[in-house]
Amino acid sequence: MSQPLPSRFLGAIGGFVLDVLARLGTVTRSFLQLTAKLPGALRRPSLISEQVHFIGNYSLLIILISGLFVGMVLALQGYYTLSQFGASENLGQLVALSLLRELGPVVTALLFAGRAGTSLTAEIGLMKAGEQLAAMEMMAVNPIQRVLAPRFWGGLISMPILATAFSAIGIIGGYLVGVQLIGVDEGAFWSQMQANIDVRRDVLNGVLKSFIFGIAVTFTALFQGYESQPTPEGVSRATTRTVVVASLMVLGLDFIMTALMFTK
Amino acid sequence: MHRKSIDVWVGLFVLLGIVALLFLALKAGNMSSVSFAKTYSITGKFDNIGGLKRQSPVKAAGVVVGRVGDISFDNTTFQAIVRLDMDEGHKFPKDSSLKILTSGLLGEQYVGIEAGGDDKNLVQGDRITHTQSAAVLEDLINQFIYSKAAEGKDANK
Amino acid sequence: MSNLVEIRDLHFSYGDRPILANLSMDFPRGKLIAVMGGSGSGKTTVLRLIGGQLRPQQGTVTVGGENVHQLDTEGLYRLRRKMGMLFQFGALFTDLTVFENVAFPLREHTDLPEELIRDLVLMRLNAVGLRNAHALKTNEISGGMARRVALARAVALDPQLIMYDEPFAGLDPISMGVTANLIRNLTDALGSTAILVSHDVQETFHIADYVYFMSAGKVVAAGTPDELRQSTHPYVKQFVNAEPDGPVPFHYPGKSLAEDFGLEGVQ
Repeated sequence: MSQPLPSRFLGAIGGFVLDVLARLGTVTRSFLQLTAKLPGALRRPSLISEQVHFIGNYSLLIILISGLFVGMVLALQGYYTLSQFGASENLGQLVALSLLRELGPVVTALLFAGRAGTSLTAEIGLMKAGEQLAAMEMMAVNPIQRVLAPRFWGGLISMPILATAFSAIGIIGGYLVGVQLIGVDEGAFWSQMQANIDVRRDVLNGVLKSFIFGIAVTFTALFQGYESQPTPEGVSRATTRTVVVASLMVLGLDFIMTALMFTK
Repeated sequence: MHRKSIDVWVGLFVLLGIVALLFLALKAGNMSSVSFAKTYSITGKFDNIGGLKRQSPVKAAGVVVGRVGDISFDNTTFQAIVRLDMDEGHKFPKDSSLKILTSGLLGEQYVGIEAGGDDKNLVQGDRITHTQSAAVLEDLINQFIYSKAAEGKDANK
Repeated sequence: MSNLVEIRDLHFSYGDRPILANLSMDFPRGKLIAVMGGSGSGKTTVLRLIGGQLRPQQGTVTVGGENVHQLDTEGLYRLRRKMGMLFQFGALFTDLTVFENVAFPLREHTDLPEELIRDLVLMRLNAVGLRNAHALKTNEISGGMARRVALARAVALDPQLIMYDEPFAGLDPISMGVTANLIRNLTDALGSTAILVSHDVQETFHIADYVYFMSAGKVVAAGTPDELRQSTHPYVKQFVNAEPDGPVPFHYPGKSLAEDFGLEGVQ
């Protein structure tokens, strides 16, 4: 070997650290480039509304069905645990708190990454592979402003709406199972919930979380598509990376935000 | 063009979001914490406020008539100063008293206000002097043990 | 200024792979100039450098007297509005119809009312023979048609410089003939300068005024099509006459046949 083992090892670590830092720099620069173009994109509201349709409306079905099932499962699981403490009347509160604070924003974000995130990445990746983005550049139209920014707005607007809908329908699902199926007292279900849920703390914090997740997931999807190799394998790798990176970011950000919001 | 139908769908989508948010805020949440009703503030000093928190309810006869606004500490008398934001619609006499109570056995603590007999009512900035602090569980247990021990001594005499 | 585009002493490497070395080319106004060569000779890279999509390590590219790579983003975009580019397979916007594709540059860069845009778009489509196809979606047209729509889009703003990246690739003989004719007629009609990158000898020689031959990032021959047909330069001869072996070898370099089959020493 040309160099002794320890120095090669350190060299490899150093190279790795530099790579990570360079990657972080590239990502930050791209994010700033995108945000710089966001106000300009507002001048074409029809583009944004089209994207809200493709990103938001098309995700609605899976979000609503998932929300319903999550709420129903929460009620089922929660009932049997709470009855052990004689606290089954607090089922409404359990379902609502779990959904509003955590499951609503997080599960919606994960589903969003899988459904809308991959479709965004694939679309941008294929546009890049078909030289559409280069053609736009050669026509003196900035593809970041014309293609990426409206999609970013679309994701930003859609995510909070989807998460709120998820939580709402989850609570309804919890009600259907808890009150109608299992037989928890209807009055207690809602009054305990209302007494213990604070609009500012729980509902609005949940909306704030979903907003931040929207930024993270949509940006990741757009970035991966934009940077993908213009080949079929490249696009496929990029969509996989979108789901993985976006999901990890959501879970990491959730931890940080929960720590900031819900602990004193 | 299908632009019109896209706009309709997007509009429905946003409407769904608003409806869901309203549902959560009103049916699931506690809107009274964001109520914009007028309040007047009065203060009371306590030796011990126990587990009382900001936004804890102020109840009279079990009905919520206000919220705890601010909790601070008096450096001269070494007492807790609690500011209560009382609903405008509920007036109490100047000689009303305050007690810190617990809902249920181990539940949340709240301020109970008992009306006195004065003709004049409390107004903004008034101070209530009759206050009873929260019962601290450890003190109660100590009391109980002492009284049991004292009983035992008397019996042995 | 008789040259619209001038390339001087251009060096370009992709990472540490040198693509172009010491390149100098002139593109006079109003002429159709072809840049030809085998795959990997660097011809498409030349187009990308002229359009400002790539930066050279050394050398200058001037368009209309302006150094392309010293312009800021706004200047570059201003310059690009005077250029049109036809990408290899059209690069049409797949979410738009034929009409909307051609209308795109008009809508983005002008404030013309919709009626005027409609007329302009239909005129451009008429020039390429696709006026009646304007409502079709991009997945409803053939490759040849897509190429023609892209051509209409590239000339939508009456550019001074039009660049064609392998416009004949993958076309049937009829479409090739149609495309070649269109390119020539449009260049003459608009009075613009055209740079054509191709490896199709027959069609290109038919329409070009001047041809640059490139190999391994350098210009190895230049002249009018007639001059090049009679060239004795070995590379040009192999290319023009489509000979299978010559300066560009048939066999991938490496061991000789005798070594691989253990035939050394056999008489």
